[in-house]
Amino acid sequence: MKIFFLLSFFIPCFALGQSDSLRKDSLITNMNKDAGYNRPAFFGDRFPVSLGGYLEANTHYGGTDGVNEGLSFQMRRLTLFMFSRLSSRTRFLTEIEFEDGTKEINIEAALLDFQIHRLLIFRGGVILNPIGSFNQNHDGPKWAFIERPLVSTTLIPSTWSNPGFGFHGSGLLGDLWQWNYEAYLTQGFDDQIIANETNRTFLGATKENPDRFEESFNGSAMGNLKTAFRHSSLGEFGVSWMGGVYNAFRVEGEIVDDKRRVDVFAFDLSLNPGKNTNITGEFAMVKVDVPKTYFQQFGSGQYGFFLDWNQKICNPRIPGFPGSALYYSFRLERVDYNTENFSEIDGGGKIYDELWGLNTGFSLRPQNETVIRINYFYRWHRDLFGNPASKSAALQFGVSSYF
Amino acid sequence: MFVEYFTMRLLFILFAVLILLFSACEKLLPKAPAPEETLDGPMEGLTTEQSIQFARGDEAFGEVFTPATGLGPIFVMSSCAGCHTGDGKGHPFATLTRFGQSDSTGNNYLMQGGPQLQHRAIPGFTPEVLPSGAPFSRFLPPAVAGIGFLAALSDAQILSYADPNDADGDGISGVPNYITPPPYFVPGPYHIPQNGKYIGRFGRKAAAIDLLIQTVNAYHQDIGITSIFEMVDPINFQVSGQGNDPIPDPEVSNSVINDVVFYLRTLKPPTPRNSSDPDVMAGKNIFTDIKCGKCHIPEWTTPQSDVAALSNKTFYPYTDLLLHDMGPGLDDGYTEGSAKTSEWRTTPLWGLGLSKIAQGGQYFLMHDGRAKSLESAIMLHGGEASDSKNLFQQLNSSDKAKLIKFLESL
Repeated sequence: MKIFFLLSFFIPCFALGQSDSLRKDSLITNMNKDAGYNRPAFFGDRFPVSLGGYLEANTHYGGTDGVNEGLSFQMRRLTLFMFSRLSSRTRFLTEIEFEDGTKEINIEAALLDFQIHRLLIFRGGVILNPIGSFNQNHDGPKWAFIERPLVSTTLIPSTWSNPGFGFHGSGLLGDLWQWNYEAYLTQGFDDQIIANETNRTFLGATKENPDRFEESFNGSAMGNLKTAFRHSSLGEFGVSWMGGVYNAFRVEGEIVDDKRRVDVFAFDLSLNPGKNTNITGEFAMVKVDVPKTYFQQFGSGQYGFFLDWNQKICNPRIPGFPGSALYYSFRLERVDYNTENFSEIDGGGKIYDELWGLNTGFSLRPQNETVIRINYFYRWHRDLFGNPASKSAALQFGVSSYF
Repeated sequence: MFVEYFTMRLLFILFAVLILLFSACEKLLPKAPAPEETLDGPMEGLTTEQSIQFARGDEAFGEVFTPATGLGPIFVMSSCAGCHTGDGKGHPFATLTRFGQSDSTGNNYLMQGGPQLQHRAIPGFTPEVLPSGAPFSRFLPPAVAGIGFLAALSDAQILSYADPNDADGDGISGVPNYITPPPYFVPGPYHIPQNGKYIGRFGRKAAAIDLLIQTVNAYHQDIGITSIFEMVDPINFQVSGQGNDPIPDPEVSNSVINDVVFYLRTLKPPTPRNSSDPDVMAGKNIFTDIKCGKCHIPEWTTPQSDVAALSNKTFYPYTDLLLHDMGPGLDDGYTEGSAKTSEWRTTPLWGLGLSKIAQGGQYFLMHDGRAKSLESAIMLHGGEASDSKNLFQQLNSSDKAKLIKFLESL
């Protein structure tokens, strides 16, 4: 009873202290690396374990080449966050996501940070691999579009997280620049990346492996490095790499194949060229060592990019929502899933399997944490042989909000 | 007051935009290509049950197999649609290599992987290589649109155009390819056997008797998928100890095979385009004048069929489904069934003008795709087609263009 009394007195005090210390947390910057900590739930007067999350739901009316899929209501994701500062030098964060209803339930992140020095923070757990910026900074309410960028979903398999360990840190470069780095060793990919039903090299296929949080597919680690720079007024850009062996080169201790690597390189930027303008983009390139005796359909090279332009139009006066803002946004994206040439045709012949996409829409933010979006996208996909493009389009209306 | 007015106005505008967008939804979506501009789709007149089975077959036709679902272990392609993109002609990427037989005595390379080369393998397995010295030929996958109409014809109809000894003295023979059927073959009342063999009508050498055999073989030899009809994976005998894949057999069910067969049977026939164009009409007359229609028989009518939509239908495939000697230029030294190595089944010409939409915007014609234009395809004709080729050569450029325009309208 005495213990209960003491706890009931001290916990709220501790919570207040925690939220204050979090607000002033010297480890947290405005950069993509710390997007996980820059969440509204963690900046209130909360219990020592801060709870939060976000919701994403939308309608989708679309079709392909005259085949109308009709209207669907989609519950894209419900994500729950938990954060706790265990001491001044340790903190914990987890993100659990329910995607497409309960079709996918994932631990997207479970991070334990131990600060040795501001430039040397040890991190362990389930790590959101820092490749590009979208994978780390992917919360629905932050984006103007319901659809995630194709390069960040079909090349970089956002959200891509793995058990692993490593270090990160950040610092200042003069008065105007911030800098950070991340370096991890995590679980890697498996051979489903070149053996899957999408009929193309698809790194996201590894997510289908139910054992990937428990056991490495081939007993080797994947390396992952990222560094990013942020100018106080211009914005942020980063370069990143992840790579490792993906195939089962060893079975029961016997070497049965060459070690075959997959490497992903990414460049990302987030610029603020004007007070009301933001430009976000990501470029990624994938290199895979595909066995020569396999199948050219599964390409050894891929690349893609997206570029989002977000322009604030006005601050509409909506009673009860003093900070509301209306934005117009436009996205250009391209993915080439196979950069090779056919070996079956004299003189080569490009393998296509590529896609261009345009996405446009308005988003109303009645408050910072919430976005109401109307989007329209149009995509042109050319098949492996470069036949006339298949055209897809959809009109979407959706909401997303932190809670 | 102002705030209320502004809010009302904003909400009204948003509401109006939403109404406009959703009322224009249909117009915002991509339109379907005109039916005559595509080869895929069901034929007219299917019942509800048949339409549902067609849809199931369509889905199975597009299914991509992976090592986890039975692909291989050695294979050529991972799906039916991979070879027959949009139900049209195949791309060189999907070329098959057949080898091992040079006369009617049979295939001498069955224990070295014949009759089909599986030149790809799933990781951990070794693909086949062409045995040194083996006779071989490369086959581009044919279009499958309208193939059910050809399957619906009776042997008697096909035999009515056969002239093995050139009795009419026109220089064109036309012989059926008699094939030994597999154990699961069930002859229909429209089959006319000869010494236990049946007339083949599908494939470059007319080696497949019906669509069930064609489908089972394609699953097995092209994709490495076992069915109750072919229960053992294709195995690379060239490598010591190479076994089958670890997926339990059969890897597809009977119902999937039946759905795909039904899908093939009920694909719509290619629709001719610009038929009333004067140049196309003139080209059609030239086609007859230079005797192309002797082998590329334009018009057929199906007999009674168990699928009502296939019964008593007149269609225009431009083939006689018979073998013809095409001369030494097209003699690869390889054959199947009772065909000679220089004999090829008359390729249906329907859908020819739409080949490009399945072949990446260019033509790959003749059995191995060696012709990159219609004119060069015509010029590769020899043997029984020599007269027609010579007559084509004598045409002026305007008439040649009209003939080409006609062929592209099919």
